[in-house]
Amino acid sequence: MAYVSIDRVSKAYASPRGPVHALEDIVLDVNEAEFVSILGPSGCGKSTLLKCVAGLEKVTGGSISIHGEKLSGPPLEMGMVFQRDVLLDWRTILDNVLLTAEFAHIRRSAVIDRARALLARFGLAGYEGRHPWELSGGMRQRVAICRALLTDPKLLLMDEPFGALDAMTRDDLNLELARIWQETRKTVVFVTHGIQEAVFLSDRVVMMDRNPGRIVEIIDIDLPRPRALALRETPEFGRYVAHIRHLFASLGVLKDDAPAEAEAIARAAAGGHGR
Amino acid sequence: MNRLYSALYETAMVAALLAGALVLWQLGVAVFRPPAIILPAPTDIWAEFISSPGFFLRMAAFTLYTTLAGFALAVVLGLVLAVGIVHSKFLERTVYTLLVALNSVPKVALAPLFVIWMGTGIEPKIAIALMLALFSVVIDAVLGLRTVDPDMVNLARASRASTFDILRKIRLPNALPSIFAGLKVAISFALVGAIVGEFVAGSEGLGFAILTAQGQFDTPRVFVCLFLLGLLGTVLFYVVEAVETLLLPWHVSKRAVPGSDH
Repeated sequence: MAYVSIDRVSKAYASPRGPVHALEDIVLDVNEAEFVSILGPSGCGKSTLLKCVAGLEKVTGGSISIHGEKLSGPPLEMGMVFQRDVLLDWRTILDNVLLTAEFAHIRRSAVIDRARALLARFGLAGYEGRHPWELSGGMRQRVAICRALLTDPKLLLMDEPFGALDAMTRDDLNLELARIWQETRKTVVFVTHGIQEAVFLSDRVVMMDRNPGRIVEIIDIDLPRPRALALRETPEFGRYVAHIRHLFASLGVLKDDAPAEAEAIARAAAGGHGR
Repeated sequence: MNRLYSALYETAMVAALLAGALVLWQLGVAVFRPPAIILPAPTDIWAEFISSPGFFLRMAAFTLYTTLAGFALAVVLGLVLAVGIVHSKFLERTVYTLLVALNSVPKVALAPLFVIWMGTGIEPKIAIALMLALFSVVIDAVLGLRTVDPDMVNLARASRASTFDILRKIRLPNALPSIFAGLKVAISFALVGAIVGEFVAGSEGLGFAILTAQGQFDTPRVFVCLFLLGLLGTVLFYVVEAVETLLLPWHVSKRAVPGSDH
């Protein structure tokens, strides 16, 4: 049975210029322990779809079930990572990681060892007592991932988590995420606008287009695991990337490489305020 | 170390500036000899203070007490109102709108009414101090509670946090810098309120002392009260700021930047 079941979901907003169809007729099943990326241009509703799965926004048509249960709010056993790390400046790194446990009313003593272990796992041992502003963007996003993993959720939702990072840090974090997924086999829904990133991390890539936000194709990524960065230089990897690029080009989303890259750079430079 | 040194340096500069102004004042009075009723010399003012320090300190203590009482009530009431306004559309439309309307009335003009209602004791003075201080507490607290990163709230909601936990662990700490901006304005307004209350009716406090001294054309005494008021206002402001630094060491404006000397 699918862990996340999205059944003919649509979402429309009222706006002064008439209704906006952010999502239309989305059908998608995500299996347990599967890594699925949702890939598409800005404005295709991929973040909205993720927020609907998280129970943070209501759908206007269709329904979403998590583990067979119809969604009516944020589900149990879910962790979430956003594009901005949203760490709390007034808390230390350790206390930031412990935040999700506090909200779930889990005793501090029950999770503090796990929090320390997670930080160490992400190369942040020794930073427990620091404050967020003392860390680089990549380190901060690692803390945000630790925070999402603290309560060991079955489902991990990630909303362009590396979109605001520079390319090198992004590669690093892609690799760490792939490794963590390999070890824990969580069900992951990963929203991104990076084609390479999506192919590298995923079992399946869901491609979306805008106006209205809809799924145009779902492709299986049949590449061996565990994956190393060198995989990106193989012809198989290149074929997947080329296929996705051609599809987006045929939809008029991509004209050439250059504008997409430029957009990615502009986003990173804007400090992640774009969406 | 740099920070401490530069703070001391700044304090010394301010003290030197004030001392210079006093010396000029003294010299000006010695040279131009204005009538004492217009402008007494600083030494005359000091002599006036020394002649009855107990009286002046008692008046100052009364004003301080009124100010602090009004301020404390404004903080408690203001924060409760702000939390209510942020969480309830109804309160926002009623209480908030009413507060904004009330704020455009010159509140000082309401002081005589408070005396009619509450008599000439300390109560109307505290009430006026409260009324003057309340608005800046509410406005800045509402602003602070509202300007929270939506994803911060989303993160909390995704972790199934209760509304109370979101308020306690996210909204309130996030709003503290803004709240303190309001408190710094409010403490000065509370002092204004206390003085206005003493002007309107009463038999104690620096406002009362100024009014009686004016009636007797005792200008040195007026000046003693003004100096004490200035001192009181400055100290109160810096106490609020010290509390802020203590509570918000994490805030951008309070961080020690390595290699920077301020």
